[in-house]
Amino acid sequence: MKEIIRLENISRDFVMGEETVHALRNVSFTIHEGEFVTIMGTSGSGKSTLLNTLGCLDTPTGGEYYLDGVSVRTMGKNDRATLRNQKIGFVFQSYNLLAKTTAVENVELPLMYNSAYSASARKQKATKALIEVGLGDRLNHKSNQMSGGQMQRVAIARALVNDPAMILADEATGNLDTRTSYEILVLFQRLHAEGRTIIFVTHNPEIANYCSRNILLRDGRVVSDTMNNNIKSAAEVLAALPKNDD
Amino acid sequence: MNLTNLIRIALKALSNNKMRGFLTMLGIIIGVASVITMLAIGEGSKGSIQSSISEMGSNLIMIQPGGDDERRGPGGVSRSAASMETLKMADYESLLNESKYLAAVTPSVNSSGQLIYGANNTSSTVYGVSPDYLTINSRAVDDGMMFSEQEISSAAKVCIIGTTVAEKLFTNGEDPVGKVVRFNKIPFQIIGVLKSKGYNSMGMDQDDLVLAPFTTIQKRVLAITHLQGMNASAIDESYTQQAIAEITEILRRNHKLKASDSDDFEIMSMDEILSTMDSVMSMLTLLLGSVAGISLIVGGIGIMNIMYVSVTERTKEIGLRMSIGAKGRDILAQFLIEAIMISITGGIIGVIIGAILAYLAGMLVGFSATIQPWTVGLAFSVCTFTGVFFGWYPAKKAAQLDPIEAIRYE
Repeated sequence: MKEIIRLENISRDFVMGEETVHALRNVSFTIHEGEFVTIMGTSGSGKSTLLNTLGCLDTPTGGEYYLDGVSVRTMGKNDRATLRNQKIGFVFQSYNLLAKTTAVENVELPLMYNSAYSASARKQKATKALIEVGLGDRLNHKSNQMSGGQMQRVAIARALVNDPAMILADEATGNLDTRTSYEILVLFQRLHAEGRTIIFVTHNPEIANYCSRNILLRDGRVVSDTMNNNIKSAAEVLAALPKNDD
Repeated sequence: MNLTNLIRIALKALSNNKMRGFLTMLGIIIGVASVITMLAIGEGSKGSIQSSISEMGSNLIMIQPGGDDERRGPGGVSRSAASMETLKMADYESLLNESKYLAAVTPSVNSSGQLIYGANNTSSTVYGVSPDYLTINSRAVDDGMMFSEQEISSAAKVCIIGTTVAEKLFTNGEDPVGKVVRFNKIPFQIIGVLKSKGYNSMGMDQDDLVLAPFTTIQKRVLAITHLQGMNASAIDESYTQQAIAEITEILRRNHKLKASDSDDFEIMSMDEILSTMDSVMSMLTLLLGSVAGISLIVGGIGIMNIMYVSVTERTKEIGLRMSIGAKGRDILAQFLIEAIMISITGGIIGVIIGAILAYLAGMLVGFSATIQPWTVGLAFSVCTFTGVFFGWYPAKKAAQLDPIEAIRYE
């Protein structure tokens, strides 16, 4: 299997006045193509810092980070922006869709920052991504006309549109009710089954049951890294849930 | 990221906030419209004053008695009687015979009073002139003929009247030529009627006058031997300065003035009056324009203010754009283009409104307000500059946001 992510002794220190906070201490792991990994930890465990590092939003103070074979540590701001644009699909807890903007336009956004795509190619790819997440009938709905679950699907379509090396989800179900959370998990499991690499950062231990691998962080260190051989089906759980009244 | 996409993004952002965009634009609209209107009114009134002056004959040279010294007395009223009588017949003859640069020269004496014909009367001014008057003032006799040199030497009691005078005295449509009118109890035979010239742009009726031989007015009406003034015209407008120098030289010689003496006469050319008027009007236009320009700056500050609020308000959006691959310069460009679009759209609307206002103002005042292409060009470049200048700082602030903090900003 191809290596998507390789972390070698990653550390990240923040200097706060006279004090130095070690958010990450010698974190090392490798994620291969097609894995569905949860990164868990309580707040203060270094989870967010790791997410920022993996997402090329931040650079580590020490160690080496290879994303799809490219060393990120020494990259400048602009190069990291290009890397994010081409290799990473972000899904955020609060969706972060543009207001008063249609689903297609929201999904097109990453391609807008890639001059390789023409306007028609953008639209085509965005439409395809939206169909993939099950919103083929809501292409031109504006973000304020959609439910939370639909908005998160648009956000996932936006993360898929640039064919990224990995999807980086940050508490992607955190703002959703139980049923919708499972719907989103079903979608993630389907994407996983299609061979995509997904990293799901969360503090909710339940999510781990639906993923292929769990990494647990505490105080900036990896305390456990286990493969899950008994992946639960989110679709089955969803079917067993009582139907909503509305 | 290419420019088309950036413009698309900026347009989208603006259309999401139409009301705010419009209000921001309003500052620019008002600024540009007032600059355009003020400059157009300034140019228009300058043009109208120029045309009214050149109607009087653009190469007209006026010679008046009394030098600068007398004119500058306390309160400006201390012109002595003697100083007003420095121009004599001999001066006129010298100019007539010796000058090389003058095409025509006429003495000028005048008297105002009542003209009577039968039961009708009107008050007007009788100008005592020579036939050259017609050339100098670009007038023509429509009906009848001008008096001749012979009638001048005999101080004949003949006159030419303007159409306004003719209408007032000959109310039942008689032919004025050949009739006798009385002015100051002196009978004058009408030998011609001047071709009508209408009102000049200062609102003076140019047909309310009577012309008579200057000798007649001097001897029979005013009983004086000096001249109240002389009018002349240079052979060509471009020779005005030479003509003035020549007149000065001849008159100084005639008046036996020493080198240290100042002139006891004053020469004004239309050229000089025109250029004085011109500089006064330019001053005024500049003043109006800069007052209007201040409102443009205020409008620019409005843009800056709104862009600032916009950057803060859209921090999360900026964070998102950055996390999906927007570089700092993409964000900078996006906000800068938004600012420039606001200011240029405002500029276009402002030019249109300014043009309409200038036209309306022109109609109201009665001259054509001229919008010069350079004022439109100026307005546009100022708008673009305003957009860049006032948009830069907020845009720079947006571009320098940290994506990690921006995306989590609430």
